[in-house]
Amino acid sequence: MRVLMFGWEFPPHISGGLGTACYGLTKGLAKLKNIEVIFVVPKAFGDEDQTAMKLIGANNISVSKKEIQFEENQKKIDYFEVNSQIIPYVGEDEFWKLKSGKYPKGTKFIETDKSCKIDFSGTYGTNLLQEIKNYALIAEIIARDNTFDIIHAHDWLAYPAGIAAKKVSGKPLVIHVHATDFDRSGKDVNPRVYSIEREGMEMADKIIVVSNLTRNIVIEKYGASPEKVTTVYNAVEPISISENTKLRKGVDEKIVTFLGRITMQKGPEYFIEAANIVLKKMGNIRFVMAGSGDMMDAMVVRAAELGISDKFHFTGFLQGDDVFQMFKMTDVFVMPSVSEPFGIVPLEAMQANVPVIISNQSGVAEILKHAIKIDFWDTLAMADAIYGLLKYPSLSKHFKKAGKKEVGNFKWKNSAKRVKKVYKSALNKL
Amino acid sequence: MKSICLFFQVHQPFRHRGYRFFDIGNDNYYYDDYANETIMREVAQKSYLPTNKLLLKLADRLEGKFKVSFSITGLALEQFGLYAPEVIESFQKLAKTGCVEFLSETYSHSLSSLKDKDIFEKQVQLHDQRIFELFGHKPNVFRNTEMIYSDEIGAQIADMGYKAILTEGAKHILGWKSPNFVYVNAINPRLKVLMRNFKLSDDISFRFSNTNWSEYPLTPEKFVRWLENKNSKEEVVNLFLSYESFGERQVKESGIFDFLEKFPQIIIEDNKLKFATPSEVIDELQPISAVSVPHPISWADEERDLTAWLGNEMQKEAFDKLYKLKHRMEKCTDPKLNKDWNYLQVSDHFYYMSTKFFSDGDVHQSFNPFDSPYDAFINYMNVLSDFKIRLNSFVPENEIEHEIAALHKIIDEKEVKIRKLEADLIRVRKGKRENLRQRKIT
Repeated sequence: MRVLMFGWEFPPHISGGLGTACYGLTKGLAKLKNIEVIFVVPKAFGDEDQTAMKLIGANNISVSKKEIQFEENQKKIDYFEVNSQIIPYVGEDEFWKLKSGKYPKGTKFIETDKSCKIDFSGTYGTNLLQEIKNYALIAEIIARDNTFDIIHAHDWLAYPAGIAAKKVSGKPLVIHVHATDFDRSGKDVNPRVYSIEREGMEMADKIIVVSNLTRNIVIEKYGASPEKVTTVYNAVEPISISENTKLRKGVDEKIVTFLGRITMQKGPEYFIEAANIVLKKMGNIRFVMAGSGDMMDAMVVRAAELGISDKFHFTGFLQGDDVFQMFKMTDVFVMPSVSEPFGIVPLEAMQANVPVIISNQSGVAEILKHAIKIDFWDTLAMADAIYGLLKYPSLSKHFKKAGKKEVGNFKWKNSAKRVKKVYKSALNKL
Repeated sequence: MKSICLFFQVHQPFRHRGYRFFDIGNDNYYYDDYANETIMREVAQKSYLPTNKLLLKLADRLEGKFKVSFSITGLALEQFGLYAPEVIESFQKLAKTGCVEFLSETYSHSLSSLKDKDIFEKQVQLHDQRIFELFGHKPNVFRNTEMIYSDEIGAQIADMGYKAILTEGAKHILGWKSPNFVYVNAINPRLKVLMRNFKLSDDISFRFSNTNWSEYPLTPEKFVRWLENKNSKEEVVNLFLSYESFGERQVKESGIFDFLEKFPQIIIEDNKLKFATPSEVIDELQPISAVSVPHPISWADEERDLTAWLGNEMQKEAFDKLYKLKHRMEKCTDPKLNKDWNYLQVSDHFYYMSTKFFSDGDVHQSFNPFDSPYDAFINYMNVLSDFKIRLNSFVPENEIEHEIAALHKIIDEKEVKIRKLEADLIRVRKGKRENLRQRKIT
């Protein structure tokens, strides 16, 4: 079975959990029999680990001299012998020159570089919506050039690409919901994002969600039919860095860590308030907020307002070894997410022998037993839990030991098996 | 005759390197040597050296009639020593001409005057000592960091034995009054206050090369005309500038050096004008009234207040947390820690944390090593955390010690009480004995 997979980021070039999850899942799939994965990202850097699959960067696909099969909604298939339905143009001038010529209806113009490739940033910048559209165009080309049995698109950024590939190939589409805009934006859902998400869910033959929490959202808010939606929990890669990495902890104090994007979704403000409560009781601790995001500046100011800045540190975005280093220094990890579809980070923390406190509003809370669970808004309970874990060594010892054992059971291979089942049911449906 | 009082501020901070959370407790070197050296070399080449050379020439040519005053911060002197020793030499040459007065200020260009009298005094002493070592000159006029002044600061300065202080001729303080007279402190009238004429000072330091300025180009003749055309009763014009205005803020190509070379010549030739150092000004002129400054002022921004350094929560937090270490620093004798302590106090660190850049962006951005005030704050607090850890190993702050101190206090009190009671007892016994004796006698 060949799977054409569309993602948005891939390690080591990641900004969050999405890339990690995609990587883990494809590695898990590669271990199964008869599964082959072609993974597409908008921008390939060339240093990605490709042992588990073939990685295609949309930025390396040339758009010219391709014949494009084009299908208008609910009409018969047209086939144009024109060079391409997508006409590359290099700059603004050429665009106007091209625009003044005569082209078949439905022709799309797209800006490329000199070798007729589209430049993708592969990030979450200001041109995001344009990039998503371009990505879908390239997906059409990739779908024509490759043979595969099923399409798998990760998160809303890749849904249009998955849909485009489905239209071209007629193969079944599975979409994988790692998060919805209700998680990211709370009540202020972006209508354009919502419509892309909803279209993806409607066009999909099967929907995979990362937790029952997300499953409910998908069914309730996006109107997906329940039998279409399957929950497949994420897992965690076994730690690859050796345990012997030199520990550079320079402070005697206990360290309590928040690690993630500093955005509304992750509930950083509750962490600060809890830190303030704990610091009033205990002196010998430091709090660390690792990550970056649009709420970071506000959090810096809040910590200053509370007068705890000498005990509350910001590290900025951490990557690779630094994350591991951070966990090695950490005595308690807190994930106070307001809405977390899954949340891989606590699993990584547990692997590194760190006791974790997670919010009930996270998908990972559905499967974790050996973690302290609190409501994200209950800063007193959060402070209580932090205090307890720091003050009573037997408690944290238990969580370390039991947590490490528990997290060992979450293997990507198991998740991959469940995904394979979803593939099969999608293929049988046809 | 109207006196022209020229004063220049010379200061460079030791900028911190990017100091990460992971460095805390592991690395106790905080400084960006590369940036400090390059900036110092650049400013020395563009500004300090050529301007000093020019001033030396003027002092020679105008035969002692040209007067100028400086305040050079201790940190600038340290950096000269490290990266541009020739600048110190050129200042020493200037000092020898006798045309130069060096003013007192805080060693670190710090904001300690706003926080703590002891630290402030210590900082000033340290600075005066250094100035004496280098230039053989004991300052008797004070210039506080960034012209920060209030009645209280002035009173303290008077207590410390200084005759005068320089500050900003802020509009909201002077109102209809002119900065071009000598004033006195509202609490202690023995301290003279020299107010900066910000209009004429900024004409040189900010507007000189601005082609959109209606008075552009500023010729020496025009400037001297402004100086003398003022109400003839006015007695002094205080031109207080930051020294980098010559060659750095106003680049050489703008003609600033020509300007600086020519206008003193014209002033000397003018029979209504003369140069004077701050000391000469206060000796020659009578003060006309007291100036009341209940809240601190400075020469920064449109508001002339402290908001550039202590305007937002981050700045206040960093400032408070820094000076909380005061008592432990008093007990600290480690030279390295004391050095870092001096460097940590530099006002520039707080300036980098300012969020006012939306309105006063240009000046705030100059030489600011940080992308945002938030970065600046995070970095500073990381450095401070490491500093605290190091200080802790020298002067432990743990609770046990506090407890011991408290117990000692109680013991001392009890002992006093015991002694008092014992004395009472003796007295009572004595009285009894006396009584007995008297009874026996009778």
